[in-house]
Amino acid sequence: MTLIALMGALEIGLIFALVALGVLISFRILDFPDLTADGSFPLGGAVAATLIAGGHDPWLACGVAALAGAASGWLTAWLNVRLGILQLLASILVMIALYSINLRIMGAPNMPLIGSPTIFSPYIGDNFDIAWQVQPAMLAALIVVAKLGLDVFFASQAGLAMRATGANARMARAQGIATERMVLAGMALSNALIAVAGALYVQTQGGADVSMGVGTIVVGLAAVIIGETLLPSRTLWVITLATVLGALLYRLLIALALNADFIGLQAQDLNLITALLVGFALVLPKLKAKLARKPGGAR
Amino acid sequence: MLRADTLFKTFNPGTPIENPVLRGLSLQIDSGQFVTVIGSNGAGKSTFLNALAGDVIVDSGSLHIDGKDVTRTPGWQRAGLVARVFQDPMAGTCENLSIEENMALAYYRGRKRGFGPALNRSLRELFRDKLATLKLGLENRLPDRMGLLSGGQRQAVSLLMASLQPSRILLLDEHTAALDPKTAAFVLELTDRIVHENQLTALMVTHSMRQALDHGHRTVMLHQGRVVLDVAGEARSRMQVTDLLAMFEKTRGEAIDDDALLLG
Repeated sequence: MTLIALMGALEIGLIFALVALGVLISFRILDFPDLTADGSFPLGGAVAATLIAGGHDPWLACGVAALAGAASGWLTAWLNVRLGILQLLASILVMIALYSINLRIMGAPNMPLIGSPTIFSPYIGDNFDIAWQVQPAMLAALIVVAKLGLDVFFASQAGLAMRATGANARMARAQGIATERMVLAGMALSNALIAVAGALYVQTQGGADVSMGVGTIVVGLAAVIIGETLLPSRTLWVITLATVLGALLYRLLIALALNADFIGLQAQDLNLITALLVGFALVLPKLKAKLARKPGGAR
Repeated sequence: MLRADTLFKTFNPGTPIENPVLRGLSLQIDSGQFVTVIGSNGAGKSTFLNALAGDVIVDSGSLHIDGKDVTRTPGWQRAGLVARVFQDPMAGTCENLSIEENMALAYYRGRKRGFGPALNRSLRELFRDKLATLKLGLENRLPDRMGLLSGGQRQAVSLLMASLQPSRILLLDEHTAALDPKTAAFVLELTDRIVHENQLTALMVTHSMRQALDHGHRTVMLHQGRVVLDVAGEARSRMQVTDLLAMFEKTRGEAIDDDALLLG
């Protein structure tokens, strides 16, 4: 694998680290199985691409994408806590609705951004040869900010209340926590992060496509699970770190698998590899425990 | 102080499994009074406590705590007035959060939660001091996960958590029922101490007649969603478990007679 291919994998890994952090909030912290990501990721992409193509500032485009994502997560949570629709079903409804909405926003199934300004372009200038260095570096900085921001939030009084909501809602209510509001806010935060990831994705890939969201949730969940397997912890800043590393490692493994010619895998095998990786990560803790239990077994 | 007036609550109304649990329950508790509640299964003890806490909203009747009408107030908004310890040690704490995080959650009970850090040095100091009074060695285990604690330890911490913020009433729902006798005695002793030290108004549901008479100032028996016995003061101190048992049997006997009448 070439260095540029490695950096490309890193770049996508960093973007999906943001998705993974969002998935961590919904699936792990709020205990809310949420598939909205498959809709909110392209929503962020569609909003950002449309705004950038319309001549707006790329940073502003990312901000609006975050708001749009927050609205979609809030809607999923609202369907669940106010209307009592099952969590998974509520998120599937929003995901499906977003497909139409994304088409409406873009006015076409895809929107190219070739030559348009992005958040990266001021730092790349006319020297396109350094894009493969600048983009991962800026994304890494953004991920660090997002990770530390989440760490600070979840150590705050409000953040702790959100964690309690997912861990034991009845106890949380007994402590005076408005659990419904916490779920609404947490789901908004989760999907805002995912939508920003979508907005960054279209800026690195040179355009938005309405089908770009397919499988987002699986990749995000894969990153979370790989992170948990590699770095099991109950301390929140370690968990967010593990999630980010999980996303990076996932993309690297995928890149390695696709690049290793002797295996004979091709791009269309991506989803199969993902499924195998997630499956392996899921059984790994049990395998470890089994080995540890065996007397004289390798530890 | 606490005034419950003719509370009615029916679960699954209009269905074959319709279950009228509270049937005109009225009870008034003065400030600083420690009341024990007994009654057979289905007498409405837990539902009454849940109604006070706001987990259950009553169908009719009125509920005042500290002069405030809370009849329709959702549970989380009553948390500033009501503190509680659950029967299940798992229910009152978050097992995946640390001891100090659980205590921090309780420290902000009924108060606004902002974006400031949930824990700081002075809070940890306070939690350590409080835990030290338990003499369980927990003061050195602040970052440990709550799930690592035994049931008795968790109930003891739950009691501490309930007393971290002032409340108008402390609800104890058979909080020793899941514990072995020795641990139960320890938690009960702790309960007495915390209620006394903080001069709390408390309502303790128990299955044990002995406990009901030995603790608190007043004993109330519920039956079929109503108060059927209410003793305090000298009448109560003269009372033996056998007396209570006799009254318990009598109300149950009457109930059977009632049913016989109905069926006949």
